[in-house]
Amino acid sequence: MGLKRNVSLATALRYKGQGPMLTYVLHRIGGLGMAIFITIHILSSFAGGKVGVFTNSIYENWMFQIFIFFFVLFHAINGLRITLLDLFPTLIENQREAIWIEWAVFIPIYGMALFVIIRTGLGG
Amino acid sequence: MATSTKSRIVPITKRGLNFEMLMWIFTRLSALAMYALILFAIIGALVMGARTQMNLADVLRWGFMPNVTHVRSTNVPDLAIWSSPLWKVVASLLVLVATAHGVHGLVVICDDYIVKPLGRQIVRYISIVFMISMILIGIYVIWTS
Repeated sequence: MGLKRNVSLATALRYKGQGPMLTYVLHRIGGLGMAIFITIHILSSFAGGKVGVFTNSIYENWMFQIFIFFFVLFHAINGLRITLLDLFPTLIENQREAIWIEWAVFIPIYGMALFVIIRTGLGG
Repeated sequence: MATSTKSRIVPITKRGLNFEMLMWIFTRLSALAMYALILFAIIGALVMGARTQMNLADVLRWGFMPNVTHVRSTNVPDLAIWSSPLWKVVASLLVLVATAHGVHGLVVICDDYIVKPLGRQIVRYISIVFMISMILIGIYVIWTS
């Protein structure tokens, strides 16, 4: 049990979880990432001073925003899908279709945010 | 073996109703609550003139946390309405809900890797201390910024 697994890394990477597995992985990475970065962000805003300003300047950098926006928006949109499917369990039968809809919602919203972040970052 | 994806609905009386089950429900409902608060903040931003004063990324950043420091770098002419008690209350509510949601998420992740009851117990004690301190610090930052 625990961390002892009977599959090699190569087998794990070949696992055919496909769409649902990908959303699960991204949801978890995004959730963990947000927990770490928002904690640091709140603490550095609280601390202030040189260290706080420096940490928040990383946070406000447009290159960092590209990552955090991806994970926050994906976590939010995927979370809405999970919530809807869990609160209306009969919809679970259509979860693959729901994931396609989810990407159709995520890509335009993130695309627009990405465009704006990069244009602002490049001084446009 | 072909696994059936047909869902089955168990009557409420036969469902296990314990703390973890309630937290499972809480995770879903808090997600909806965050959606409501974020939409409220975005609509509020548009009412306050965000359409001509800031870009989409700034509006989203304000939406995720309606704290006045998140609009300081924009072209908003007057920060006073952006730092009104209404927005401080909305931001505080978001901190409350989001911290509880996030810390429970961390506990769920930890449970995937820590299987001994004692370890899980320790994770829960740490998470409670962490959650309360982050809520207090977050609300302090909001009301003093």
